[in-house]
Amino acid sequence: MPKIKPSKGAPYARILGVGGYRPTRVVPNEVILEKIDSSDEWIRSRSGIETRHWANAEETVAAMSVEASGKAIADAGVSAEQIGAVIVSTVTHFKQTPAVATEIADKLGTAKAAAFDISAGCAGFGYGLTLAKGMIVEGSAEYVLVIGVERLSDLTDLEDRATAFLFGDGAGAVVVGPATEPGIGPTVWGSEGDKSETIKQTVPWTDYREGEVERFPAITQEGQAVFRWAVFEMAKVAKEALEVAGLSPDELDVFIPHQANERIIDSMVKTLKLPESVTVARDVRTTGNTSAASIPLAMERLLATGEAKSGDTALVIGFGAGLAYAATVVTLP
Amino acid sequence: MAATQEEIVAGLAEIVNEIAGIPVEDVQLDKSFTDDLDVDSLSMVEVVVAAEERFDVKIPDDDVKNLKTVGDATNYILKHQA
Ligand SMILES: CC(C)(COP(=O)(O)OP(=O)(O)OC[C@H]1O[C@@H](n2cnc3c(N)ncnc32)[C@H](O)[C@@H]1OP(=O)(O)O)[C@@H](O)C(=O)NCCC(=O)NCCS
Repeated sequence: MPKIKPSKGAPYARILGVGGYRPTRVVPNEVILEKIDSSDEWIRSRSGIETRHWANAEETVAAMSVEASGKAIADAGVSAEQIGAVIVSTVTHFKQTPAVATEIADKLGTAKAAAFDISAGCAGFGYGLTLAKGMIVEGSAEYVLVIGVERLSDLTDLEDRATAFLFGDGAGAVVVGPATEPGIGPTVWGSEGDKSETIKQTVPWTDYREGEVERFPAITQEGQAVFRWAVFEMAKVAKEALEVAGLSPDELDVFIPHQANERIIDSMVKTLKLPESVTVARDVRTTGNTSAASIPLAMERLLATGEAKSGDTALVIGFGAGLAYAATVVTLP
Repeated sequence: MAATQEEIVAGLAEIVNEIAGIPVEDVQLDKSFTDDLDVDSLSMVEVVVAAEERFDVKIPDDDVKNLKTVGDATNYILKHQA
């Protein structure tokens, strides 16, 4: 039997740079109230959300991704040609094929980087990060771009009281590359398909095309069930991610949970017994829930404002539709 | 050992105190979670999750709606605890 030569990867991987793009239009709760019976006070107290960004026609999934990625590449101090793979996590790119990642890889000027999209909802960033780490350590790419991007405003029913105020648009990207020390811990991830009905698209596109429904599909959810799952099950997953990384809560500098709802964040902080010294991302207040984009966007903002700094140890956890989840500890770029 | 009514009320008082910051002595059988104890619909989910752990009961989402007062929750737990 001929012997197959294996690929040679780096000993470890870490995040080397981060970038974000927030659409120019800022949408306050007042705009949401034009279509639903609610109040600014209710929205703030139940979700923490004050404003979100909505993309315009030019701010496409690809365009926002290119902007965020350009910043991440510059922050990492690498060139686009060095990027070996582009992974895009999104549920709001409405063209099934080709993968939007290929267009982004081309627009960025990569040297024919491998490029593909993944669908893991609000857990997408952690899924992408885990793939990137594997690719770098295994040796199929030296630098990998992981992008979380959404135009959730396109998939929101603005007349649905339970979701109209929650979602926003934006893109967040990180460059993952080789490291001499572990910069990304073991991932605790999984899915609970038995609860898939709790967050979903109302109907398949084909139902809409065939005229079986009049309303354009949108995201719908059972808010209480999702909230219960998030505060109870996801706190356990976050705890496990810390444990498998060999860290105790007081060794943590930063906590960056998926920015779904500030009440979920508050509850997790309590359950995890995070000490006051841990900086907690609360980007949801001005960004809303941007699904796969929320963790890199929050990461970028904490570093930009100086609330977190390069080299800090951060626990990240994404969770949502699926229900899918992924948590890991990372060193901030 | 199943908890008694007094133990359940005392346990709920601690939980409500932890979640909503209400003094334990204010948590009485006739008190409404939302109207008297500053426990809104999402805090109620947290109260329920904590009560499930503490008293070894399952309280499905559909039943949570019917638990308006501390007395309702206490009776539910008394009836359903393992
Ligand atoms: C959406 C969410 C804020 C709704 O809160 P909730 O407490 O579950 O809301 P409910 O539907 O149970 O309604 C509670 C009360 O508020 C009212 N209400 C519901 N939506 C409202 C709105 N938009 N404005 C004002 N009042 C509202 C209801 O009528 C109800 O009033 P009542 O008790 O007098 O009947 C909450 O469930 C949530 O955030 N869940 C997690 C969702 C999430 O993060 N999903 C993404 C995960 S990736």
